[in-house]
Amino acid sequence: MDLDFTPAELAFRDEVRAFFAKTVPAEWLTRVRAGLRLEPAELIAYQKALAAKGWGAPTWPVEYGGPGWTPAQNYIFESESARAGAPIQFHQGLELIGPIIFTYGSQELKDRYLPGIINADDWWCQGYSEPGAGSDLASLRTTAVRDGDHYVLNGQKMWTSYAQVASHMFVLARTSQEPKRQQGISLLLVDMKTPGIAIRKIETMDEKYTTNEVFLDDVRVPVTNLVGTEGKGWEYGKVLLDRERMVCSATAIHLPQVLDGVRDAARARKIGGVPLIETPAFAAQLAQLEIEAMALETMVLRLLADLASGADSGPRGSMVKLRWSDLYQRATALWMDALGPEAAHFRALEGEGPADMPYGMQGALYSRVTSIYGGSSEIQHNIIARRALGL
Amino acid sequence: MNFEYSDEQRMLADSANRLGADLWPSSDRLKLLERFDDLTARTAAQMAELGWLMLPIAEDDGGLGGSAVDVMAIMEGVGRHLIPTSYVANAVLVPALVSGDPAAADLLAAIGEGSAKAAAGLLEPDGGYDLGWVECAATGSGTEWTLTGEKLHVEDGADADWFVVTAKTDAGISLFLVRADAPGLTVSRFRAIDQHRHARLKLDGVTAVLIGEAGAALPKVELAVDKAICAHLAEAVGSMEAALAATLDYLRTRKQFGVAIGSFQSLQHRAVDMGIALEEARSMSYRATLSLGLPAAERRRVVSAAKARVGQCGLYVGRQAVQLHGGVGFSDELIISHHLKRQMMLDCAYGSVEHHVARFVAPQVLGA
Repeated sequence: MDLDFTPAELAFRDEVRAFFAKTVPAEWLTRVRAGLRLEPAELIAYQKALAAKGWGAPTWPVEYGGPGWTPAQNYIFESESARAGAPIQFHQGLELIGPIIFTYGSQELKDRYLPGIINADDWWCQGYSEPGAGSDLASLRTTAVRDGDHYVLNGQKMWTSYAQVASHMFVLARTSQEPKRQQGISLLLVDMKTPGIAIRKIETMDEKYTTNEVFLDDVRVPVTNLVGTEGKGWEYGKVLLDRERMVCSATAIHLPQVLDGVRDAARARKIGGVPLIETPAFAAQLAQLEIEAMALETMVLRLLADLASGADSGPRGSMVKLRWSDLYQRATALWMDALGPEAAHFRALEGEGPADMPYGMQGALYSRVTSIYGGSSEIQHNIIARRALGL
Repeated sequence: MNFEYSDEQRMLADSANRLGADLWPSSDRLKLLERFDDLTARTAAQMAELGWLMLPIAEDDGGLGGSAVDVMAIMEGVGRHLIPTSYVANAVLVPALVSGDPAAADLLAAIGEGSAKAAAGLLEPDGGYDLGWVECAATGSGTEWTLTGEKLHVEDGADADWFVVTAKTDAGISLFLVRADAPGLTVSRFRAIDQHRHARLKLDGVTAVLIGEAGAALPKVELAVDKAICAHLAEAVGSMEAALAATLDYLRTRKQFGVAIGSFQSLQHRAVDMGIALEEARSMSYRATLSLGLPAAERRRVVSAAKARVGQCGLYVGRQAVQLHGGVGFSDELIISHHLKRQMMLDCAYGSVEHHVARFVAPQVLGA
């Protein structure tokens, strides 16, 4: 047992570090540190830069365009990315639908869609949740009825992030009514330009346009865009949900960025003439978060090592998600404290606002959804109780 | 011992609830915010008509001399209906700051009838929430004074016609009255996440009127801010109560896995903890409000304890209300997220938890 990197891994680290040093613009820094997603155009530019280097899909197998990295290399890549103030890659294509396509999709689907994900020529959004089907996803009601060479989709999707910019959507829909609710659900790939798709923006408390309702009204999807077998979509969907939790490992590795943001805000602010960072009460709160972040980082390292050895990580992805969302919420709340009275200056009614506003504040608001999306904290607790504790 | 409202106070509470339900119904918050200027103007006009603006002004200053409990009865309704009003800064804080000085008589009359608005600039860059940290300099004598310095944050001050600010004379911390359109005064205006509108002031040789005795302002400032804090505590309690009620409705009606989600024990327990937090916060709100008349050292201790604890309880209830609503709680289309945002800002207004815990520990050091 050791925590050391090999000489080859250290050389790889230097290469990654040099790449990030010339790829990450300074104007991304505060937003990235606040845990906020960059604008789609910025994320596309970043993904294209990674793809040009051959690093577009760090976790994918070589045959589908991945770099063939070990988990240690993946960790080095993410931690250097975090160190450089780089964003997390947009995950809905890369981590959610891409792996399903290369695992279960036809050759035609692989050839058509995988390169577009790596090169950011396509933008994928996820059509899963519905107004009545959130945590209880199996109660989804959107239908896909076979009509010749097409499925005809009807229904309503909710919390479809980035539907407003997406070129494609992967959709779970019912292709037959079965006694067991998890059966008869199929996974379809939909071109967003198809007639019958309407999008409505959902206003959210962070005042950032991310998510939508999507209305599907007689949307015709070629049967060739069915992934895998008709009626088996729930199984693929479950793999997706597991993978979505794994995405949290990358997110967790990026947590020190948030603490960097808090630290800078606390250096900039003085209380009674003393920098806030030097006041014992604040320093203790920041130290507590750093300690818990260190524990989380080590949990993630062990998770990655299990992946490398092919061991079942069990519900540790759920544990990472729970700990990460809690730490992210508390870190951004501390960032808000560090802003002091200026936390109330969210938007200037005219002219310029404070320098790192509204991002620290927006992070504090956005953080509230991280214990809701991708399986709420309550659902994660249920998973751990069932799968790890046998309750 | 008596924790009941009087008949008059119950009438105040009822009229606050009527005003809130009438002008700020919770069902379509975003639509209301599109009409923000119109609705806040109508709110202010009704408050003037109901006599609320006159209520906290002392009788000797020409007001109604209402008690802090009267203000509490109004403020719980303000919180319950999330009325984005500058009432506390304008009608509670400023009248307490300028009370007893004839130089402020016109201002108080204008506040009372609703023809002008005022706010207080008491915080400076590098001072945190410390009211005694004053670098803004006042020079002059008698009725001729000029101020130079900066006020980092003026709570609810974006639309003020007058500012009451602290500045240092040779004698020490003093209060001054400044017109919003005075030459040399730059007002930057901001909107917060809860829709309240605030200001930052830069003063460069601004003409000002001295209020009260030069060098003797800090105890008065501390008392006035403690009164404003108590009004905010009541607002926080009203908001917590509404957020909890909406969450209980949701737990009873939202179905997942074929049953109401309120049947899940883990969610029941969370709702219980929210109920306890509300009970605790209301207790602290009463305790602080009923302690405003105590000697300064005791008063500061109780008010700071309440400010810290209600802030924690309010954030807990606001955050859990969002969490238990799931995605729709995070959307701005329900009222729930707006309650959380108000709790976040009430927690920092007039001092964060950390500031008040420190003030609780050492009132004689941090006070004047």
